[in-house]
Amino acid sequence: MLEKALVGSKKYWALVFFLAAVFLVGFFFFLKQLKYGLGITGMSRDVSWGFYVAQFTYLVGVAASAVMVVLPYYLHNYKDYGKLTIFGEFLAIGAVTMCLLFIVVDIGQTHRLFNVLLHPTPHSMLFYDMIVLNGYLLLNLICGWTALHAVYKGTKYPDWVKPFIYLSIPWAFSIHTVTAFLYAGLPGRHFWLTAVMAPRFLASAFCSGPALLLILIYIVKAFTRFDPGEKAIRALAKTITYALLANLFLFGCELFTAFYSGIPSHQISLKYLFAGLYGHMKLVPWMWASYALMLTAAILLVIPQTRNNLGLLPFLCLLVVIGTWIDKGMGLIVGGFVPNPLEHITEYMPTFPEVMISIGIYAAGFLIITVLYKMAISVMESRGLI
Amino acid sequence: MVIDTRVCKKHEPCEECIKACHHVHNVPLIPNKKHEIKWIWKEEFEHAFPDTAHEYLDEYLHEREFIVLCNHCEHPPCVRVCPTQATFKREDGIVMMDMHRCIGCRFCMAACPYGSRSFNWEDPRPYIKNPNPRYPTRMKGVVEKCTFCTERLAEGKLPACVEACKHGAIMVGDLADPHSEINKVLREHFTLRRKVHLGTGPSVFYII
Amino acid sequence: MHDAGKVIPGIIAFVLFVTVPFWTNFGKAAPKPQPELPKEYKKCVESKEFMRREHMKLLRKWRFDVVRNNMRVYINSEGRLINMSLQNECMRCHTSKKKFCDVCHDYVAAHPYCWNCHIPPEEKKGWATKEVKSLTEEASSKQPASHH
Repeated sequence: MLEKALVGSKKYWALVFFLAAVFLVGFFFFLKQLKYGLGITGMSRDVSWGFYVAQFTYLVGVAASAVMVVLPYYLHNYKDYGKLTIFGEFLAIGAVTMCLLFIVVDIGQTHRLFNVLLHPTPHSMLFYDMIVLNGYLLLNLICGWTALHAVYKGTKYPDWVKPFIYLSIPWAFSIHTVTAFLYAGLPGRHFWLTAVMAPRFLASAFCSGPALLLILIYIVKAFTRFDPGEKAIRALAKTITYALLANLFLFGCELFTAFYSGIPSHQISLKYLFAGLYGHMKLVPWMWASYALMLTAAILLVIPQTRNNLGLLPFLCLLVVIGTWIDKGMGLIVGGFVPNPLEHITEYMPTFPEVMISIGIYAAGFLIITVLYKMAISVMESRGLI
Repeated sequence: MVIDTRVCKKHEPCEECIKACHHVHNVPLIPNKKHEIKWIWKEEFEHAFPDTAHEYLDEYLHEREFIVLCNHCEHPPCVRVCPTQATFKREDGIVMMDMHRCIGCRFCMAACPYGSRSFNWEDPRPYIKNPNPRYPTRMKGVVEKCTFCTERLAEGKLPACVEACKHGAIMVGDLADPHSEINKVLREHFTLRRKVHLGTGPSVFYII
Repeated sequence: MHDAGKVIPGIIAFVLFVTVPFWTNFGKAAPKPQPELPKEYKKCVESKEFMRREHMKLLRKWRFDVVRNNMRVYINSEGRLINMSLQNECMRCHTSKKKFCDVCHDYVAAHPYCWNCHIPPEEKKGWATKEVKSLTEEASSKQPASHH
């Protein structure tokens, strides 16, 4: 099947080489980081996790969200998602790969990474995160690949793969739950110390991931004969709508607990993010933009006329993706570190090399997705399915 | 460990303990605050005890400087989260760092509610002026903190900060032994610990 | 075979490329390393043969015992007690990392990074330091980002 990715139009190769080139640029900055240390990033003694960990968190959500097409198709036999499922799984493969790369670049002693395997530590949440993420990558490779292979051969997917498919469903929930537990179990970080962290993570994942998937599908649709069908797109738009509402609702719960209880330690990070503290307000415009985007998207998605407007939908999806990205990829991690445990304020913004390394990783992920999508499209074309 | 902050107050701006600790452990002096490494340092009351401070605090306390360091918690969150057991609790209660094993994931820094941990954002050596040749430095990419001078305790010496304090403001002892001198001092004085409500069981006590 | 004209030269070029180190060093033997041994001390922790073969394992065991088990004394095969410390014990006799450790390590292209942290005898005076303020100055400017 892989041979299908080795032949393609000029546009396809242009995209492949462009992404590869961006990846190499990122890699060059990563080599600089290896040489100098993580000091080339904007992170500090007080804000000791930053852009990398935030991107990791966001992308775990994107990866987990594949379940939003896998579950209806395989568990409820929702036939309209037939063609979409493989694309969801392949997006998950790209997203998990990016997650793993973001961990690699975030670690201070990169070559010691495998100490996590050498000294397995079941009381550390990172231990479980390693298991669930790698397991999820493997599950999606198995499920996505065999499903496409069945199309390639013109058969139904083999029975042995079914248990893996069923396993991948709770597994998807587990990856984002464990990721939430990385943060939600730390004493003294009140912004993260909340039982709705995992549910909120899942809600934001299940709107941002499918929204990203829909945008990608629209792009694929514009350049190939592939069309998942209006019904599938409308159904996925509903999923995005409900998940986005759940996400906003859970955030509202956070606001209620913090501000009705009046406990300062529960409020202070929220105040920093949305109003600034003592003149430190680097993230304030970002956070307001994030919630404005999500709210606008929520309103327009709830109204059937706008949600079902297939020309408008990709733009609504874009609002969702950007809004949730700022929320998780900028605010959530840094918010937990400001103020620091001694109630000093150190602000954070990623540096140029840090952003370049991150863009490089995104390029690597999208390169994987491009190749996998190309393969899927060509296989479907060769079978006359599209 | 018990720190008598009344004694510290009398001798401000003394920082013999900080100097001694940072010298014997080759702690670099990095001017960029974001990359700072500190094992033991000074804080004001509202930063050392943010949940105890309030706006009607007496002036005497308000102005006092408090020495802060790793609390060598009874239930250390940093140990709980470390994915490689690079930070671990010894049988005697000291929370120790194994610099050979640390992967630099900084999970411990997120977990520590006292901000006691520092990460080497860059090579620390250019910032060490007169290294102590008996003790190693660290390299970029690992987390470090106070180790309660395990290397000195092994030789029967007191921790460097305790030895350096000419005024006897810092004392150490075995909390597990009810007859120890330190338990006697704790019975006789009103002491505070930092953020007790988090359940970490900090082992550094402050006489107010 | 399809494209034999491209595939076979391709394979040959690849094989030549990956064996470049062999061709460039062909016929040139690097001289046997001669690490400089301490003059005033005759006995190491264990026998010369053992140390030559096992020193890395021994150091690893020491490191584990000292850091993780708080055991600091090694009892060697003759019953002698030895303080387990690379920086303070090994290098007490081997007074030069360059003339001892590096000689063999360079020969076999091994790059142990012990010395990224442990201070070798030749560097005890310190390193080129970057300009920093004195400790007291640093302390007085310590709270610029703090707020009440």
